[in-house]
Amino acid sequence: MAAKDHYYVPEGSKWPIVGSFALFTLFVGAALFMSGKMNGNIVLYAGVALVAYMFIGWFNDVIGESHAGKYNDQVDVSFRMGMGWFIFSEVMFFAAFFGALFYTRIFSVPWLGGVGHETATHQFLWSAFEAAWPLNVSPDLEKFPAPKEVIPAFGVPAVNTLILLTSGVTVTFAHWALKKANRGALNLWLAATVLLGFIFVYFQAGEYGHAYHELNLKLSSGIYGSTFYLLTGFHGFHVTMGAIMLLVILLRCMKGHFSKKDHFAFEAVAWYWHFVDVVWLGLFIFVYWI
Amino acid sequence: MTKFFKTSIIKFFALFLIPLSAIADWKLNLRQGATPISQDIYDLHMVVLWIVVITGIIVFGIMFWSIFHHRKSKGVKPATFSHSTTLEIIWTAIPLVIIISLAVPATKLLIKMDDTSESALTVKATGYQWKWKYDYLEDDLTLYSNLDEKSVELSQRVAGVNPMEYENYLYDVDEPLVLPVQTKIRILTTANDVNHAWWVPDLGWKRDAIPGFVNDNWTYINEPGTYRGQCAEICGKGHGYMPIVVKAVSMDEYKTWVAAKKDAQSAAKASSNVTMSKEDLMTKGAAIYKANCLACHQAEGQGVKGVFPALAGSPIATQKENLGGHIDRVLHGKNLMPKFGEQLADGDIAAVITYERNAWGNNTGDVIQASDISAARK
Amino acid sequence: MSTLAHDHHHAPTGLKRWFYSTNHKDIGTMYLIFALMMFFIGGAMAMIIRAELFQPGLQFVDPQFYNSMVTIHALVMIFGAVMPAGVGLANWMIPLMIGAPDMALPRMNNMSFWILPFGFAMLLSTLFMNGGGPAGGWTMYPPLVLQLGDAFPFLIFTVHILGVSSIMGAINIIATVFNMRAPGMTLMKMPLFVWTWVITAFLLIASLPVFAGAVTMLLTDKYFGTSFFNAAGGGDPVLFQHVFWFFGHPEVYILALPAFGIVSTIIPTFSRKPLFGYASMVYATASIAILSFFVWAHHMFTVGMPIKGELFFMFATMLIAVPTGVKVFNWMATMWRGAMTFETPMLFSIAFVVLFTIGGFSGLMLGMTPIDFQYHDTYFVVAHFHYVLLTGAIFALMAAAYYWLPKWTGYMYDEKLGKIHFWLSAIASNVLFFPQHFLGLAGMPRRIPDYNIQFADFNMISSIGGFAYGISQLLFVYIVIKCALGGKKAKAQAWEGAKGLEWTVPSPAPFHTFETPPKLTKAMLEH
Ligand code: HEA
Ligand code: HEA
Ligand code: CUA
Ligand SMILES: [Cu+2]
Repeated sequence: MAAKDHYYVPEGSKWPIVGSFALFTLFVGAALFMSGKMNGNIVLYAGVALVAYMFIGWFNDVIGESHAGKYNDQVDVSFRMGMGWFIFSEVMFFAAFFGALFYTRIFSVPWLGGVGHETATHQFLWSAFEAAWPLNVSPDLEKFPAPKEVIPAFGVPAVNTLILLTSGVTVTFAHWALKKANRGALNLWLAATVLLGFIFVYFQAGEYGHAYHELNLKLSSGIYGSTFYLLTGFHGFHVTMGAIMLLVILLRCMKGHFSKKDHFAFEAVAWYWHFVDVVWLGLFIFVYWI
Repeated sequence: MTKFFKTSIIKFFALFLIPLSAIADWKLNLRQGATPISQDIYDLHMVVLWIVVITGIIVFGIMFWSIFHHRKSKGVKPATFSHSTTLEIIWTAIPLVIIISLAVPATKLLIKMDDTSESALTVKATGYQWKWKYDYLEDDLTLYSNLDEKSVELSQRVAGVNPMEYENYLYDVDEPLVLPVQTKIRILTTANDVNHAWWVPDLGWKRDAIPGFVNDNWTYINEPGTYRGQCAEICGKGHGYMPIVVKAVSMDEYKTWVAAKKDAQSAAKASSNVTMSKEDLMTKGAAIYKANCLACHQAEGQGVKGVFPALAGSPIATQKENLGGHIDRVLHGKNLMPKFGEQLADGDIAAVITYERNAWGNNTGDVIQASDISAARK
Repeated sequence: MSTLAHDHHHAPTGLKRWFYSTNHKDIGTMYLIFALMMFFIGGAMAMIIRAELFQPGLQFVDPQFYNSMVTIHALVMIFGAVMPAGVGLANWMIPLMIGAPDMALPRMNNMSFWILPFGFAMLLSTLFMNGGGPAGGWTMYPPLVLQLGDAFPFLIFTVHILGVSSIMGAINIIATVFNMRAPGMTLMKMPLFVWTWVITAFLLIASLPVFAGAVTMLLTDKYFGTSFFNAAGGGDPVLFQHVFWFFGHPEVYILALPAFGIVSTIIPTFSRKPLFGYASMVYATASIAILSFFVWAHHMFTVGMPIKGELFFMFATMLIAVPTGVKVFNWMATMWRGAMTFETPMLFSIAFVVLFTIGGFSGLMLGMTPIDFQYHDTYFVVAHFHYVLLTGAIFALMAAAYYWLPKWTGYMYDEKLGKIHFWLSAIASNVLFFPQHFLGLAGMPRRIPDYNIQFADFNMISSIGGFAYGISQLLFVYIVIKCALGGKKAKAQAWEGAKGLEWTVPSPAPFHTFETPPKLTKAMLEH
């Protein structure tokens, strides 16, 4: 282990400050856009472009330094910890939305329907409302028109579950191939994973279209629609990001990057992919199924 | 500003002159209140207060003893001990015991407070930005309770008024909540727009008023009297201006009051819906404006930039073709503007609209009558 | 670009040094200066609050503006002053304390910092927007917060961007502590400050994303028609409060735990005696952190939860007094039979122990559900949290600044002025916040710009204390600047009784330290 006799400290870099400014632009753009200010969208796009620029530039530097052999095992461990805890923070982000789902299902919807200790609420404000889940009738139908129907678990969602689970397997095969230095198999399995990822996103988008246009299941159709779209939407966003990251790794593999021992970026993305996989299982069970 | 600084400086020095007797008058502790529950709460408060005071005296006492005696300047050599399992167990166990002995009475009290059954009377309190509405469910009576006029005047930042001279500043309303004593009363809290909280300290509790939900509480007032409180959850600009006043009276007085109030309300409704002269409408409208509209649209109808639109000189209050829109807005509200159609009688709305269309240089000359409003309601 | 270490020996110069920094000391310094600036901005808002409350009647500002002062005061103090100051100290001291050359991920470290000025530019700019700044309290409860004007999305995205910064900072600290310790620096040998900070970092990672989720729901409720917090669609305004406080309560310990670490470092130094009960300190900190995820609803006793919930949260809340008590008793026992001297850091630390405990006591009272029905949303609560935050967290941060200034600047600060600063602060803060207990008990709600005349006397006293406290802080700035410019040279071991690796490097600490792992002797690992 090289680490223990000499430490590595990277030299200065412009990317952190570029990144801070990029995030600032992105969020200011989004805020202007949402409050209906002129040109907010332009600022928003500029922000997205800057963020992309920052990622590309930063990672390029890191890849260069890694190839130059500057990093030691200790740096590798730091990166791993960084990625691991980043994923944990993402888990907690989803936890907020799962929490909202459980709260409404267990507490607020039944209360509005007159179950539990909140009988007065039902009696005085929502006496016509009956609690049910999936909530296909909302307490105030004028403000939040209810969906006709919701998406059943055993249809596209089940297929998507299979797709994601399979992709979890293929990415593991790719990893094994990499460890055996079997580049052909590596690229093949990785390509399969990326493909499965995009198929998932494609199906999901199709479901959204169906839900919006035919089922009248919208963001605005009460708490069912709210939790449904935010949970699956943020998940879908993460899958898209994960698939893009996988694609980048695939391109790097094709360029001959990574070695049997040294492939942290590959593993980081694989972890991320397993994470979106596990979140999906939670969604499939609690949003679609039961 | 100069007024502020002058009085501040005087007061600052006056502070040193306050005789001790005045300090003895200062209200330092929780109120005992006017209900059995508020008394229980006070007792529990005193128990935990004494416990923490004694704990504090012991802990700080030991520390200060050490600070006085174990100082380098006294030439002491530092000891070297760094742990003691016995001690550590003791000072984990003792707080645990204290806590359990506090939790037991707290649990009992909470269970007692939770039981709203067998109440003789139910009042539903609804928070509005920024007033309270009270529905006496059994007696089929509804009141709106606004900040009293004198407080409204004194709270405007104008020269020459001093709230210090008014004992009930921000603590009085036009229509108090009248309740009978020695009766178990169920009080439901809810809100119309944003969260509020209904709180009269002498009754011993506060409870949030949340739009879309109804909370269940009860009280039992021992003695007749006037008990004052305030909204206790931030609800926007007027949060400090929505007091609660409970007037507790005997059951007989309460019954007479209800009957009289109902008569008065139907009489007012009848008389309010008659045709009035422009002068009368303006006087009446000014009063209604002050009670209901001024908090947002301000004394001169100038509004608050970016939040509450101005009425003075605004198209909706000055142009003929917008008259219908004006009436509609007052009746049905929009965004932050409440639906006054639910709160005010036709004649009141007619008066206030007449006022708005003729005050502050909006000299449209329009005169709106109750019949116009009832027509618009259909 | 060579891989040889001596490439990094000299400090970069000019703006690049700060903008492109990968040096934990420089980044730490930037954090600390930023925090001090924010303390003054938040403090200036507090002065507006106190001036408005000086006497009954509206004095200076409009009620809406008053509300936004209260809101932004809190956000700036918490997210701009106390948290960055804590991270700044962590940056400066953790690598020095565990014998590491730098933080584990130095570039990310720099980004964590540089996000902050941008984030606060966003937040403060809302004051100039149509409809004014956020005015619904720092707790941002819907539906009120949804009534905000143009400032609304800026508020939400400020939370997001600051969250990104803190999460990256926390990840960095965890990676540093678990990966960068010098050989021999086992976990149970680490200075307590390091322990409290890792645990804080876990709290940050677990709670901030939840907060980000909560405000995202606010955003979609306002702009995309969702109904998380609207009963008409099956949601519940109280849901927001649950999610917020799931973050919010751990957040208050995020502010408190590093303060515990600071005090646990300083008291042994000036008592010339080892910290009493090191292991129990570690366990107590961890228990506080774990418990802090199960007590959140003590902020919402009055929303009308089912009684079982109220009881659960009451018991869990009261339980936190036990591990916190262990800490207080350990500090007490550390002083016992020591050979104490009372330099400014020690004075602030002792004041911390006493005044934080007073704040803890009122916390315990608030934790008892039935009586919280009286205390909730009154000045009693305001008094409670300023005792734990101002005379708690801020006093500890002041202590830390005085304690490590010699290491940072190479000079001793002016001890006499330091003592004056301490006494002014200690007296003024009590004049400022003690009377607020009385106000709350007498029935004065919080977040009101104007009040009934029965509250007049104590409010005036409190305001006077507030102004005195505020002015005294100018002295602190003077002392710091004076110390940075010169004075009595500090030795490597600036304090006679100090233990720890940071005192083995020269004062001021050179730009790079521990480029090769230090050989740790038994004596160096004592604490
Ligand atoms: C640094 C920040 C900090 C810290 C450390 C604490 C510590 C505690 N807090 Fe506080 N709290 C806040 C910051 C903090 N709080 C803030 C900011 C708010 C308001 C938020 C808002 O609404 O805006 C708040 C509000 C708040 C409330 C809600 C009040 C209300 O709105 O109605 C409650 C209720 O339970 C509470 C309880 C506690 C408890 C039990 C502790 C305990 O951890 C204290 C434990 C310590 C001790 C008890 C003292 C030492 C112990 C001993 C010497 C042992 C022996 C003692 C006994 C057994 C008596 N706090
Ligand atoms: C770490 C957190 C922190 C800190 C340090 C402080 C510090 C102070 N706080 Fe703060 N406060 C909060 C966190 C904090 N507060 C929170 C979370 C709330 C709740 C918000 C809500 O309800 O949503 C709150 C609310 C709050 C209120 C209640 C408002 C209300 O409910 O209506 C008040 C009122 O007195 C107050 C006062 C002060 C004062 C006087 C200080 C002082 O200690 C400040 C001292 C510092 C300075 C003064 C700066 C230095 C000096 C200058 C700028 C020079 C100029 C000086 C003069 C002109 C004299 N605070
Ligand atoms: Cu209503 Cu505050
Ligand atoms: Cu808390």
